[in-house]
Amino acid sequence: MFIHYEYYYTDVYTMTSKCHDLGLRVSYVGQVLFARAFSSIGKFVMDAIHIENLNKTVARGRKLLDGIDLRVAPGEMVAIIGASGSGKSTLLRHIAGFVTGDAGSNVRVYRQSVQIDGRIARNVRSIRRDVGFVFQQFNLVGRLSLETNVLLGCLARLPLWRRLLGLFPERERALAVTAMTEVGMATHAAQRADDLSGGQQQRAAIARVLVQQARLLLADEPIASLDPRSAVRVLELMRQLNTAHDMTVLVSLHQIDMARQFCPRIVALSQGRIVYDGPGSGLSDDDLTALYEGRAISVAKAAA
Amino acid sequence: MSELRSSEAVLAHRRHSLYTLLPVLIILSLLAATWRGADIRPMDLFQGQDGMREFARGFFPPDYSEWRQYVHEMYITLSIALWGTLLAILAAIPLGLLSAQNVAPAWVVQPVRRLMDTLRAINEMVFAMLFIVAVGLGPFAGVLALWVHTSGVLAKLFAESVEAIDPRPREGIRATGAAQIDEIRYAIIPQVLSLWISFAIYRFESNVRSAMVVGMVGAGGIGVMLHESIQSFNFAQSAAILLIIVLTSSFLDICSSFLRNGIS
Repeated sequence: MFIHYEYYYTDVYTMTSKCHDLGLRVSYVGQVLFARAFSSIGKFVMDAIHIENLNKTVARGRKLLDGIDLRVAPGEMVAIIGASGSGKSTLLRHIAGFVTGDAGSNVRVYRQSVQIDGRIARNVRSIRRDVGFVFQQFNLVGRLSLETNVLLGCLARLPLWRRLLGLFPERERALAVTAMTEVGMATHAAQRADDLSGGQQQRAAIARVLVQQARLLLADEPIASLDPRSAVRVLELMRQLNTAHDMTVLVSLHQIDMARQFCPRIVALSQGRIVYDGPGSGLSDDDLTALYEGRAISVAKAAA
Repeated sequence: MSELRSSEAVLAHRRHSLYTLLPVLIILSLLAATWRGADIRPMDLFQGQDGMREFARGFFPPDYSEWRQYVHEMYITLSIALWGTLLAILAAIPLGLLSAQNVAPAWVVQPVRRLMDTLRAINEMVFAMLFIVAVGLGPFAGVLALWVHTSGVLAKLFAESVEAIDPRPREGIRATGAAQIDEIRYAIIPQVLSLWISFAIYRFESNVRSAMVVGMVGAGGIGVMLHESIQSFNFAQSAAILLIIVLTSSFLDICSSFLRNGIS
């Protein structure tokens, strides 16, 4: 019924890094073939995200997430697609440990448990330091300057007195300036976040993730409230985080063409289930129509 | 058939009008039942007309001979109000956060809220009388009374504004792995600060009025003077004091609304 991607998910990372060492560039298909051949290596590589049997049931037995099993290797850039209410946001919020699943649900990020058996880990805040989150509504503090918002990414590294007094060390300030420059927002540093456009706010949110020095970036419909140009800009930045900063990226998207363009791997959700997991080319237009109409997707075709 | 339907409609209409009449009847009967309790005697206003006129005439012309002292006492009253409010703000910040449901767990929120309810339920004047016993007559008792009562009021207002914040920026900060204290410092405080300041200014303004009243039970300030002048039937002096009170109050009123408009 479902496409399982497990035969190469972890090995792509090993493979990619090996090729980088050798100065080689290998096509995605090449990576997959390589990974298949050396699939035994996979056991020793840790996942960036490892979700086992994640279920989320709400009132009247309605399932927001239904038996999700998902593994994402370090360095991957994965899109989650699906209709509204298919569970994309819910899934991302579970990975960041904002909410907990039913008993029996397990979520691990870089080997650290975010939730075990549906209970949030005690050290979830320290795990979140590795996890950057970009939201549809940017979630910046509107009354603070752009620079302060970006600096908030380093809070978890600072001693209490510095956080309370708002005294950020020079090193972190420099980091913030670098990050703002990288997303092209350095000239707006002193402006209030309120006064920026949506695209600018989202780039600031990405700069915050850079200052945070996260290893995994979760993005919940990051371009849904942006105009097409800003949307492309934001996705390009995310790709840059993925390639230049070695961040694993898991991004939920509505626009399938964007997902295909930016993400080698696409996970499709429908009514809380993973109905497709594979390269974007494996999804036909009929599949997509089915996906957005909530019909069963013909996965056999996708596998071919 | 249609006849039946129309009579049903009329019945429905009658029932409807009865429902609208009911609250009016309830209110009227309530007023009737409390007439005696409140000892309403409208005729007395007219029967004692001569006495009333005499009483009113006593206020004019106001006696300004002691105005320096009135101004000095007004300064004391303002000092009481200022310190009472300041201490209350300091107390209300932690107490307000602890009684906000989106900050503290229920087992903290409920007891803190009940405590704040108690502080609000008891009037400043009652607190003043209690503190006079504890620390003696004088302005300090007034400061303590205002502090305690205003803490209850401000904590509630602060907590309500915290509960009304936009949760999204806070989640953004939480997502970076920051602690709860950081969420408060960087997501909650920036959102509520202007409201808090506006509440604090408003409470200062109303605390000036309260400080005059707590003065009457012996907690210092212009209230003491007013109380003494009325007790000794020196209504000309009372009139002068009342005038100063009215002027100060309106002045502060204007300043406070001006400031609060500037903030929001």
